[in-house]
Amino acid sequence: MSAFFAIYLREMLILKHKFKRQIASMSVSPLLYMLTFGCALASSVNLDGVSYLEFLIPGLVAMASMTQAFAIATDINVARFYFHAFEEFQAAPVSRMSFVLGETLAGLTRALLSIAIVLILGFLFGVRLHLGFYFFAAILLNSFAFASLAVAMAMLVKSHADQGLLSNFIITPMAFLGGTFFPLDSLPTWAQAILNILPLSHASKAIRADALGQPPELIPFVVLAGACIVFFTLAIFSVSKARD
Amino acid sequence: MIELQHIKKAFGKTVALDDLSLSVPKGELFAFLGPNGAGKTTTIRILNGLSYLDSGKAFIAGVDILKNPLDAKRLCGMVAQHTNLDGELTVMENLDIHGRLFGMSKKDRLDSSLELLEYVEMADRRQSFVKTLSGGLKRRLMIARALIHKPQLLFLDEPTVGLDASIRRRIWSLIKKINQAGVTIFLTTHYIEEAEFLADRVAFILEGKLRETGVPSDIMARLGYWAVDTFENGDMHTGFFPDREAAGDYIQSLKGGGTLRRVNLEDAFVTLTGKRVK
Repeated sequence: MSAFFAIYLREMLILKHKFKRQIASMSVSPLLYMLTFGCALASSVNLDGVSYLEFLIPGLVAMASMTQAFAIATDINVARFYFHAFEEFQAAPVSRMSFVLGETLAGLTRALLSIAIVLILGFLFGVRLHLGFYFFAAILLNSFAFASLAVAMAMLVKSHADQGLLSNFIITPMAFLGGTFFPLDSLPTWAQAILNILPLSHASKAIRADALGQPPELIPFVVLAGACIVFFTLAIFSVSKARD
Repeated sequence: MIELQHIKKAFGKTVALDDLSLSVPKGELFAFLGPNGAGKTTTIRILNGLSYLDSGKAFIAGVDILKNPLDAKRLCGMVAQHTNLDGELTVMENLDIHGRLFGMSKKDRLDSSLELLEYVEMADRRQSFVKTLSGGLKRRLMIARALIHKPQLLFLDEPTVGLDASIRRRIWSLIKKINQAGVTIFLTTHYIEEAEFLADRVAFILEGKLRETGVPSDIMARLGYWAVDTFENGDMHTGFFPDREAAGDYIQSLKGGGTLRRVNLEDAFVTLTGKRVK
């Protein structure tokens, strides 16, 4: 197990060395969304007695947990293609499980950091949310699932450019269509059916329900737990693909 | 210490290793010599678990690298051809992470790191970020890192490539010292003088095939001890002679003269393969 911790610790040391830059970078998007969507639309949009900012911030939490967990793929690729440090792990007695677990938990840690920033910014904008057990359970499952997916993708891509393409085709559409900015039940049934395939839609639903003090639904948690298992297993098998 | 049996490896239609078999005994400093693309790095990558082999068997200290890859890796240290340090971490952090990957205790990691940094004369740089180090210092740090878990076998893939002559000599001294401490060394290089200076035994590889294996002095002695280079019609020709007198007589018989020198491994490689090493 020390190998898994070594992988995790390495990512945390890198995060520590660029902590201020990382915090600043993680703050930009949620701050802009809160200013532009939240404040500009706040007075004109009311969703069943909930202000748009109260609706938006749980969505931003879900989105931040996805994007920052997935961003571990970039760090892995910098180590793999730029510093070639990934070879160090390949040549060391590190099992695939240890490598994937270490990197996944590093992605999850990044995600938790970015969520803390979103919540602090929301607090500064005057939004008070209910942060109960199901809120954190959904965050952890969502972050773990997308960090695992990130590790899998980072192992399968052949270059930095490929990684950028994956983010553009998977993460960006999901960020906008996964129930972050608008309620999915306002869409036509066929569109809802498609968007309900996305794990982020379920994460948004589960996180928002608890944040607004509503009772939890089972299905989002089942879907997120399933995504964790599928993506983590995929990541373990993908590690072998990174060898030539 | 190393046993390769009929190893084959291809990348698409390009054959990288073609039925390669060789054995390296414990404690030996073995040099694998060949031009770029000959298959040297592929061999090291297979032995370190960075590449798959298509067929054949490979053992490190009797451990099958396919059946027990983690056990085999515990016995090995590796210095890659290109820098593969973590540039965003400090020197000590790089060593500490490596020690953790090999399951070392906190005390062993610290003691070994400090000892090795003294060994490679980098004790004053332990808190420096790796990205601020020169090429020579990075290379020395990579050697220290590869030794931290006290491997029985050290792979050095072109350890001095891109370094200037004085740093290269320092690295050579370091490699000799490591080998004298009992570590088996498997070295790849395309620097002839490096193999001549360092190796107990060399192997020539070309286009994935092993062409010759032996003690450098024995391989060279098959050609003679002295060589005379001459230029005729724009081409270089080399003649080999058993002694200096015979070589001198040959030069005097030439109209345009020639250059007298000792026979080297490059001569042996060219004679055996028809190709130059570099």
